[in-house]
Amino acid sequence: MSTEARKPPPQIALKIRRILGGKAGWNGVAVQFAFAAILGWIGYEIVSNARANLENQHIAAGFGFLRNNAGFDVNQTLISYTGSDTFLRVFVVGLLNTLVVSVVGIVFATVIGFIVALCRLSPNWLLSRVGEIYVEVIRNLPLLFQILFWYLAVLAALPNPRQSISLFGIAFISNRGLVIPSPIGQSGLAPFLAVLALGIVASLALRVYARRALFQRGQVIRIWPSVLALLFGLPLATMLVFGLPFTFELPQLRGFNFAGGSRIIPEFVALTVALATYTAAFIAEIVRAGILSVHKGQMEAGSSLGLSRGATLRLIVVPQAMRVIVPPLTNQYLNLTKNSSLAVAIGYPDLVSVFAGTSLSQTGQAIEIIAMTMGVYLLISLLTSAIMSVYGWRVSRSLGA
Amino acid sequence: MSDVISSSFVRQDLLAERPAPVKTTGFIGLMRTRLFNSPTNILLTIVGALLLWFTIVPSVKFLMVDAVWSGKDRTACLAENAGFAVGACWPYIQAKLPQLIYGFYPEAERWRVNLTLLLAVVLLLPLLIPRLPAKSLNAGLFFVAFPVVAFFLLHGGGIKGFGLSWTAGLLQLFDESIVGAGQALLTSSRTSAVGPLLWVLGSLIVLLGTVIHWLIFPLTWLRDFIQGTGQPVWADFAVTAGIVCLIAFVLGGGVRTGGRALASSIATFIAIAIVIKLMDLDRGGLPVVTTNLWGGLLVTLVVSVTGIVTSLPIGIALALGRRSTIPLIRIFSIAFIEFWRGVPLITVLFFATYMLPLFLPGNFTVDGLVRALIGIALFTGAYQAENVRGGLAAIPRGQSEAAAALGLSWWKTTSLIVLPQGLRHVIPNLVNSFISLFKDTSLVSIVALFDLLGSLRASFADPKWSTPSTAFTGFAFAGIIYFLFCFGMSRYSLFVEHRLNAHRRN
Repeated sequence: MSTEARKPPPQIALKIRRILGGKAGWNGVAVQFAFAAILGWIGYEIVSNARANLENQHIAAGFGFLRNNAGFDVNQTLISYTGSDTFLRVFVVGLLNTLVVSVVGIVFATVIGFIVALCRLSPNWLLSRVGEIYVEVIRNLPLLFQILFWYLAVLAALPNPRQSISLFGIAFISNRGLVIPSPIGQSGLAPFLAVLALGIVASLALRVYARRALFQRGQVIRIWPSVLALLFGLPLATMLVFGLPFTFELPQLRGFNFAGGSRIIPEFVALTVALATYTAAFIAEIVRAGILSVHKGQMEAGSSLGLSRGATLRLIVVPQAMRVIVPPLTNQYLNLTKNSSLAVAIGYPDLVSVFAGTSLSQTGQAIEIIAMTMGVYLLISLLTSAIMSVYGWRVSRSLGA
Repeated sequence: MSDVISSSFVRQDLLAERPAPVKTTGFIGLMRTRLFNSPTNILLTIVGALLLWFTIVPSVKFLMVDAVWSGKDRTACLAENAGFAVGACWPYIQAKLPQLIYGFYPEAERWRVNLTLLLAVVLLLPLLIPRLPAKSLNAGLFFVAFPVVAFFLLHGGGIKGFGLSWTAGLLQLFDESIVGAGQALLTSSRTSAVGPLLWVLGSLIVLLGTVIHWLIFPLTWLRDFIQGTGQPVWADFAVTAGIVCLIAFVLGGGVRTGGRALASSIATFIAIAIVIKLMDLDRGGLPVVTTNLWGGLLVTLVVSVTGIVTSLPIGIALALGRRSTIPLIRIFSIAFIEFWRGVPLITVLFFATYMLPLFLPGNFTVDGLVRALIGIALFTGAYQAENVRGGLAAIPRGQSEAAAALGLSWWKTTSLIVLPQGLRHVIPNLVNSFISLFKDTSLVSIVALFDLLGSLRASFADPKWSTPSTAFTGFAFAGIIYFLFCFGMSRYSLFVEHRLNAHRRN
């Protein structure tokens, strides 16, 4: 006589409790209902108050205003824009300006940050003190203070365009901003770009092939001469055949201002310098901590295997340090992007300045405009954190394997 | 035997003295080992020295050597009058100092600001020194009592009622809002497709509102009665004190163990009474100074201290919510934290300045400073939540399991076991957040509040002091103040970290 295992009782009540209240049980259900009621009440209050207030101020809610004419000018635009364009275009213009200043700032911040980190790690006592002073001074002053310092004190103290400071005769810096030569495309541009793209793709393919050969057959292939030829030799050869891809138009002083060349507005210069130097101090600390986090034994093990100092650094120390460095580094990039919103203090036309500033004061559509502005930044940071969690997952997988 | 003697060797004379080993300590040693030990290092040393030469020397020259120390207006700081290339223009700072510290706070009332600052220092210093006792009393004074006193000191004004009136007023407001929502549902039920459902819901809500109205009726009646007496504040105070002491006594364990709770609540109320009497709050208090007159360092400190005091409870609540087992609360906390951490502070300030007034009832105006404070508190609270969560995660599970085994409730486990240990772990992180909060307070100058940086910027516009070096002088002064505060805090954070990790040092 065999006894079948009895089926467990259905326990519907338990399941409902679990679904509604999580692990906390009926208490959780009660708390959730109370919490939902409070949230609902707050939400109702907000909506009804906003509706009444908007009615009093005669503002029509909704995104219809985006199709209206903006009617104001923006002093730096990446896409064509005139005062008769719509508010939607203002939004795009501001967003592009934010992205431009962020990307340029990120590049400079990374370069300066790594240099300062190397200074701080240097065995030279004086240089490491200089790095430390830089980090301490920059980190302990507010960013807005630094932006205003560059804009109101340093850039304003520069001479006017007639006495502008010349950088090797090709770029000029004055209180009206930085004037640099502007590239003008010539007939050779299309083949040049095509060959350059081809060279990049071919060298990447070569690299993949070399790695595979190394890992599968243990064969070391030296690829750098061919990569060099692909990336520099080939474009040079095309230039000789098709002529120069572009020429530079040098800025020239005419009367009181410069003619030719492209002008970078002083707001952009001040904002980029401040953002780059400020974030660089934080990046320097991150890089330093990352490199110090690799145990000294790793370096010694590398040299006992007979690797050169450079090879040990490249193959053993840096990959391990990067694992520690990359997540906070991304965080700093995100911070820099968010901090670029301080542009509004000096009038650089970024998203907050032209959209949440000028457009808001013209239309009065506070709710829609601020929601859109916040949404953009929220989207950027959520995307970044999603990418970072994928990265973290891959790192932890590669460690586990 | 002779062989042995001949093959052995006995040194007959002393060894020549060897030179002393190369000194590796002290200044000379440092130069030898860390500065000039190789050609690359010599080159690097020269680079470093050049960097210092081109930054430190000009700044010292600007700040001290070439500076003008006295004068009445801009003419003293012009190169043609001074006779040399003028550096810092310190008389400008002297002239603008009151504006940079107090803003437009009336001159006769500035002692109130000074007194508040003194009070803050007196309360804060013992809190920061780990060796001193009575931390919980001190923290309570600084985080609860001080903000209230500081408000009445800085802003002035008195009170018309006390705890009972405020509670009654709040409950009445809540009740009216509920009844209003019910009425709105009832009116929309006439036109809606799901009319009957809305009608039922609406009537239920109205019924709830009516029930609450009758429940709080004793309170409102008592309030009206008290307001009718000649001394409303003191009558209200007495009633509130009686009720709260009774509740504390009962909750504290009644006759058996409630004595301690009773004594402490009575002591608290006596202290409150003394403060009310001292500051004449029952008779209008000090003259009101509206916040649009505040400015300079005062606003910077008010914003940062308020941010610090309010963000910590918000952060703790959100961190606990994020670890909660109740789904809705957890989801809400995660969304709240990620939202505020994902947007820049300046958009939060714009939100608080332009959007928040729309969300409040029309007859309810919020002061500009308070709006910025709300924005900063929410923003910093989200960041503090992540710090606190890190501390809570560092507590081993065994701690809360042990508390559960002792039969402690969730509240007691959290407040007596988990939080005290978790918060200790993250004091350095919390202080670092405070540093960034202190730096971020400068952003309020964008939404038309005159903090230190805003006042500085405003003072540049004064034609009486416009010279080529004015801007540099102003930035040097403000920079020194910001640096002192932030550097001090960061050193303190390092000190605490060192202390907490004392057992890990080898």
